[in-house]
Order: sequence, then C-alpha cells, then structure tokens
Amino acid sequence: MRGLIEDDYVTEEGEFVINMGPQHPSTHGVLHLKVWLDGETVKKVQPHLGYIHRSIEKMSESLSYRNFIFATSRMDYLAAHINNEACALTVEKGLQLEVPDRAKYIRTILAELTRLQSHLLWWGCTGLDLGAVTPFFYAFREREFIMEIMEETCGARLTQNFMVPGGVMYDIHPNFQKRTKEVLSQIKGKFQEYDNIMTGNVIFENRTKGVGFLSKEDAISYGVTGPTARASGVSCDIRKLIPYSAYNQVQFDEILDNGGDCYARYMIRMQEMKQSVSIIEQLIDNIPEGEFQAKTKNVIKLPKGEFYQRVETPRGELGVFIVSDGAASPYRIKYRSPGFSNLSALPLMAKGGKIGDLVAIMSTIDLVIPDIDR
Amino acid sequence: MFLKEYFGTIYKSVKSLLVGMRVTGYYFTHLDEIKTEEYPDNRATLKMFDRFRGEVVMPHDDNNEHRCTGCQACEIACPNGTIKIITKQEILEDGKKKKRIDAFVYHLDLCTMCNLCVVACPSDAIVMAQNFEHSVYDKKQLKKILNMPDSKLMQGVE
Repeated sequence: MRGLIEDDYVTEEGEFVINMGPQHPSTHGVLHLKVWLDGETVKKVQPHLGYIHRSIEKMSESLSYRNFIFATSRMDYLAAHINNEACALTVEKGLQLEVPDRAKYIRTILAELTRLQSHLLWWGCTGLDLGAVTPFFYAFREREFIMEIMEETCGARLTQNFMVPGGVMYDIHPNFQKRTKEVLSQIKGKFQEYDNIMTGNVIFENRTKGVGFLSKEDAISYGVTGPTARASGVSCDIRKLIPYSAYNQVQFDEILDNGGDCYARYMIRMQEMKQSVSIIEQLIDNIPEGEFQAKTKNVIKLPKGEFYQRVETPRGELGVFIVSDGAASPYRIKYRSPGFSNLSALPLMAKGGKIGDLVAIMSTIDLVIPDIDR
Repeated sequence: MFLKEYFGTIYKSVKSLLVGMRVTGYYFTHLDEIKTEEYPDNRATLKMFDRFRGEVVMPHDDNNEHRCTGCQACEIACPNGTIKIITKQEILEDGKKKKRIDAFVYHLDLCTMCNLCVVACPSDAIVMAQNFEHSVYDKKQLKKILNMPDSKLMQGVE
C-alpha cells in the first residue's frame, strides 16, 4: 500500500495520477483503478485487485466434493447457478456420471433465467453509469419476477446452491413452468420499451459509439471471452462450441458483431436476452419425466487425475480445473474466471479516451468484482 | 447539404429523447402498473415461499418429541462448522444404554443457508424455516440450541 500512496503526485510529464475506487459508484464493487490523466485524457490505467479476496480456491481444498460448490455462489454472485453448474459438471466428469435428462433440462432453464436476470441488471446499471437513472428501475422490475422464480424453486434469490453432483437438489416447484411462462411473456413485451428508452437515445449513442474499441486480434490475445469478445467478432460461445447440459437440444444463434466498441457490446447483450428467452421457451414445455438426481455415493471420491470443464456465464467463459489425488476433497482447484481476463483488456481499451469513456467501457465489460478476485 | 445534416441530427436527437420520455410518461400516468412492495408496512400479509431458506429449525410435536438421533450427518455435511451436536448416554427403561442428543447447537451467524444439512439428514429432523428477520442487538443470541428443554426422541425413529 505504501507504494501506491507515494506515487500519487503529478508526474514529470505533467500527468495527474488519481485513484478511482475502491469505493466508487461506477466500479460496481471494490475495484481500484489507478488512472494517469493528461487533462481529461486517459494516458494509462492500472487495476489494483485484492480488496475482496476470500481465498475460495484454497478454502475448497479442505471441503468435500459436495461442500465446495456452495462457495462458488459467492464468486460471480449474479450467475450463481452457472458457477454451481460448472463445479457439478466437473465432479460428474471425474466420476463419469450420467446425469438424468430431467436434471439437464432444469439446469439449462435455470442457467438461462440466470443469464436473463444478469443481463437485465447489467442493462439497468449501464444506464445508471451513463447518467440515466430510470432504466435501473425498469430492469429491476422484470428482474424481480425472475428472482421470485428462483426463490420459489431453489429457496434463495442469489446464492441458490441448487446444483449438486448428479443433478439438482430438488425437483422443480409445481408452479415453476406456469410462472416461468408468465414471466417470459411479460419480458418479451418489454424489450421494445428498453430499446425506446436507451438504445436509440442520442446521449447514450454519443457516449458509446466508437468508444473503447477492442480489435479481434487483441480480444483473442488478451483471452477476452463472452459478449465482450463476441462484440469484436470472436466466436467463443461455449454453449455452441462445446455444448453441455441440454444446449445440444435447442436452436439458438450465437450473436456476433464486428463493431468492437461499447455500443456493439451493448447490442450483443440486448440480443442475447432475446436468445435466452427463446431457449427457455423451447425447453419449458418439454421437461422429460424421470429422476432429477443421479444416485451418488455418500462420500464422493474422484479418481486420480485432472478434470476441466468450461461453461458460458453471462460474462464469458468460466473454467473449473480440479486436480484430484484420489481423496475425498480436491488436491487443488483453479477457477478461470471471465471477469479477470476481460478486465486485463481494460487498460488497452481506455487508453487515449476520456475519463467519462472509462466509465462507459467498464460498465459494458460488465465487471463483477468478486468474480475477478476470488 | 451541411445544413440538412445539421437539422436532421437535431430532429433525430429530439425525437429519440421524446420516445424515451413517452415510456416514463406512461408509467407516470399509469400508477396501477407500479409493482413496489412496501416492506415493512406489508409484514402482516408478506408470506415467503415454502422452500425459502431462512434458518435451520428442529420441529417438535405436541409431546415435545423431535426426530434427531444425533448421527452427526449434518455436522459433517456443513461446510462452515455451523452445527455442533453434543451427545449424552441415556439409560433406557430396559436398562440398555443409548446415544441421545444433549444439545443441538446452531450458530446462525456462521450459516450460509446452503441447505446441505437438511439434505444430509437421514431422519428429516431439521428443516428450513421461512423466517428471515434475524437481526439482534447481541451476537450471543445468534447461537441457538434447537432441541427444546426436556425433549425426547420420537418413538420409532432410529
């Protein structure tokens, strides 16, 4: 910390060094950005991490294969289902366990609902960051209905912990299908409203078009994934490339854009929401009958070896890497979180822009800080 | 040509703002579409979902009997060390010695409501309650003993 404070002065070139965060409304958490400014032009950005490190990876080494999943809800708390699913899939891969079809369908529907609510929250927060307060309330209104589905079926709103090795914890609630269909028809009618209030807005377009350009080559070399990379034209949707759960049963498009700027990233997410709605609609009436959980032993022991599973979270590719030495708890766990790689491209995107653009770039990368710093 | 573009931009900008304002105006005049719940004013009518995870409780029947055998499956399943079961030896009527629970200690301040203990319990002795207003002035009150005083194990539960 001493080094950080000592550097806080005007440099020899006349650049002004300021600290943005760790307590700043536009950083969505405890992200600390050190910004070198020449007037209002950003010369250099340096993210500082470590304010919310909870050592989830190390902690998992002392927990059993059933128990370590709950902690991943606290990584990307807006996509807790998908994080839990990734861990469950990795353990199933190690056990070579066949998951029942019903569990696969439930997992996929819940994951897409999660993606929908995460993108809705992102849409509201982007408006908030760029100076429009009203979209936030509209986004939260629709998100609340999805949260109610989660609460009714899974028992919690954010940290659901509903995925267990072998399937899902409980069968779906009797109201689940009816309520999901209601919410979907409601949300479908609201997309036009979202476009009216934000997408065509002149202030919003001026602040996002041509701002924070990321080229295809840079996106690949920085390991950027998710909607941020797809806005630069990189095809990287894990749901499409390496289908898991029930994604091979559904028809959906991978949205690609060659814009590479904040507006392209915005449009990708807006269209992805529509794709998520269509995926859920294809699955919701066709949930097969049968078991919702495969039989597993009381104490799960993975065979010796290394297991890796990738999933697509709303922010990009999440990888779970488990090294097992044959014991009842993992020898080593590593999470490849999407936010960390996406953040690494932020200094590149922000360089040469204005400090107001930095806020726009940060909000369209969709940073979730506990995911970056586990 | 320049002037045409200039005024065209102004027209488009004003139009986009008006389109946005129409959405806000619609909700300003349609008050019945507001979905806000006014907590805590609605506490009397607020009902949580059956599966909502508020805290772990141990149901007792009318004879002050519970279903916990003290097998400690929940204690092992808990990732945080929230549950601590203290057992005792009890001499039954026929002279046999049996393990029974003395205290089922539950630390609400450590609990993450992950539901793993409820899933692990072989005799359905503990369930999740829907109560969510847990704030207290003293942290000690968050340490709870779930089995009631002088409670007994239900007949037929092993």
